[in-house]
Amino acid sequence: MDLVLIWVVIIAVGVMVYVVLDGFDLGVGILFPLAGSDRHRDTMMLSVTPFWDGNETWLILGGAGLLAAFPKAYAVLLSALYLPLMLMLIALILRGVSFEFRFKADESHRILWDISFSVGSSLAAFCQGVTLGAVVQGIPVEAGSYSGGPFGWLSPFSIFTGLAVMTGYALLGATWLIRKTEDDLQQWAYRVAKIILPLLLCFILLVSVWTAWAEQDIANRWFSLPNFYWLSQVPLATLLLAGGAWYCLVKRIQGPPFLLSVALFLLAYIGLVISIWPYIVPRAITFWEAASPPESQLFVLIGFAIFMPFVIGYTIMGYRIFGGKVNESDGYH
Amino acid sequence: MELSAVFLSRLQFAFTVSFHIIFPTLTIGLAIYLAFLEGMWLKTGRALYKQLCLFWGRIFALSFGMGVVSGIVLSYEFGTNFSRFSEAAGNVLGPLLTYEVMTAFFMEAGFLGVMLFGWNRVGPRLHYFATLMVALGTTVSAFWILSANSWMHTPAGTELRDGVFYVRDWFEVVFNPSFPYRLAHMLLASLITTTFFVAGICAWYVLKAREQEFAGRALKLALLTAALLTPLQVLVGDLHGLNAYEYQPMKVAAMEGRWETMAGAPLLLFALPDQEAEKNRFEIGIPKGASLILEHDPNGVIKGLKSVPPEDRPPMAPVFFSFRVMVGLGMLMLCLAWLGVWYTWRGSLLTRRWYLRVLLWMAPAGLVATLAGWYVAEIGRQPWLVNGLLRTVDGVSPLAPWQVLTTLLAFVLVYSVLFGAYLYYLLRIIRKGPQIKDEPGSITPAKHAQPAFMPVEGD
Repeated sequence: MDLVLIWVVIIAVGVMVYVVLDGFDLGVGILFPLAGSDRHRDTMMLSVTPFWDGNETWLILGGAGLLAAFPKAYAVLLSALYLPLMLMLIALILRGVSFEFRFKADESHRILWDISFSVGSSLAAFCQGVTLGAVVQGIPVEAGSYSGGPFGWLSPFSIFTGLAVMTGYALLGATWLIRKTEDDLQQWAYRVAKIILPLLLCFILLVSVWTAWAEQDIANRWFSLPNFYWLSQVPLATLLLAGGAWYCLVKRIQGPPFLLSVALFLLAYIGLVISIWPYIVPRAITFWEAASPPESQLFVLIGFAIFMPFVIGYTIMGYRIFGGKVNESDGYH
Repeated sequence: MELSAVFLSRLQFAFTVSFHIIFPTLTIGLAIYLAFLEGMWLKTGRALYKQLCLFWGRIFALSFGMGVVSGIVLSYEFGTNFSRFSEAAGNVLGPLLTYEVMTAFFMEAGFLGVMLFGWNRVGPRLHYFATLMVALGTTVSAFWILSANSWMHTPAGTELRDGVFYVRDWFEVVFNPSFPYRLAHMLLASLITTTFFVAGICAWYVLKAREQEFAGRALKLALLTAALLTPLQVLVGDLHGLNAYEYQPMKVAAMEGRWETMAGAPLLLFALPDQEAEKNRFEIGIPKGASLILEHDPNGVIKGLKSVPPEDRPPMAPVFFSFRVMVGLGMLMLCLAWLGVWYTWRGSLLTRRWYLRVLLWMAPAGLVATLAGWYVAEIGRQPWLVNGLLRTVDGVSPLAPWQVLTTLLAFVLVYSVLFGAYLYYLLRIIRKGPQIKDEPGSITPAKHAQPAFMPVEGD
């Protein structure tokens, strides 16, 4: 069994879990200023308060896991994406502290932490999207080091993917709220989700076309035969899931839209992996070239096999304990 | 010093890690204190303890949140600012950090939600379990990160090939020579920091004649704990110093203010080191003191900084002064703790207003001493990133200085505002107090006898 391949799967799944989990709580932050009243905002924030910390831990796992299993990629990617990553970290700080500060603040300066929460969430989501776009476009590497300059990541495409990820997170946030809230806030979330869903589909379509148009290799991979027969299932499934989500939104069925949104993310993500395979730093460094030696990868893998089942177990336990609709009495004591 | 990307990256890392370490130092100890209080609540059923749990829990939550968000920055800064170091040492440090995430961060984060917001959702036993897991998580986290840090001071179990470290023996890596000392020193520092933090707050309540249900007793407990831990810390610190003397003699030379190698070296109490002139412009010391402490022989030979070429020397002044700040505050805390125990024994503790006022001012003393200690350790490691093997200048990312300067200024701005907000809300929680109403049976564990999992609708 190829150790590197196992780590590719672990990192890929880890990033996916992060995107979905932090995606919904960042999404709630993105929608935050659009809510109708302060009471709704309280409920929105409470709906993610017990979870955000655990969700962000997956981001740290991504960082540490990348350093452990693919140190060369960690070094090149992080130094290449210096400014957007730093901006993302600062944005995450601003929104993270607002959970604590907002519930302790007086009425008069609650607005400060409202802004900090929504701007931080939006900016973090946007930076993650920009990072994604920059990676898909390719990172110039010379002699093993990043060589693209301070703004190598900045392009119309990366800005566009930034907006796309923000939209995607907003959909996760809206469908999360549908599950977790009741009455007028839930109705509002239904309406918001119905606006965002078609918008997100447009983004997915445009990003796909743009990627194929800009990179001949990626177009060939998708449109050559027989690949096309297999790979065309991805966009077809996307349309099917989106149709299902739309139906549930129209019929006001509260459970499935969130899960269908997660599935949409999963498909877009699979599409992305197909496009950039086998590179971890697209068109410069493959997974195998970036991999740490077996003694390092194996050492972490053992810990992973021992500890991650527990992590998954108590994460699920946490979600069950705080399952059901948001309860005002679960707030800060 | 010119504003090179190297210097700015170091400054930024120093600033962000200094800001971060404040919060874990406090929360490691507070988590253990919370576990103690909740255990007392379960044992006695007195509402007082539940209210204390909620009160210290608020302070814990505020501090923990700051620690989490400032910690994420660090896990990315290795790559953003020290990419060549990450590439060279990723095989070693990446796995250690990943173990920290898997065994500590997830545990803290997973159970923190239950601990803070789950009072009405889970039964008292499961809640207590969550509190214990959070406390365990904070300590396990310290284990891994200090192991990684210690390896940079005393690398072991690895070999360097073509500029990259490869692991030969993981046990040697994790339990590298300075790790046991550093772990013990830091955990004790964290506990002592918490005792003085708690003592300072309680002293304020006593001075204000408030919260008399608990302030006096909590103060006595904190002082007694500090009285037991501070002498232990002196001992551990001494052993840690001897370990550094063995593996990083130039760090110890900088701590001792020693330029020339000398037999029967004095223990300098104060000096003004001059890096350019390679001497102290002024010094006052106890004859043969340093030789006695480090070599256990009044005529032992102590190596000076000039025994290595200038490019291999750490800057003396910051190490020398930080060391004195740490030791000075440590001794002061030891004396104050024992004085407090003496007053308690005499029954006059709560009426010694000057002493209580000193305690109030000493509330952040542990934090300051801890920071100073870290400056000794980390500045003393210079010019090396991995002691003797990889230089700091060879570890940084290929960044333009203005990039780092921009983000450094952004961090300074954001962290200053946040620290102000943190202090503001912290003081407000303290001013409001736990508002103890110790009516027998008001909030007892029995009233919370619910099933561990509440049935949840629509899930």
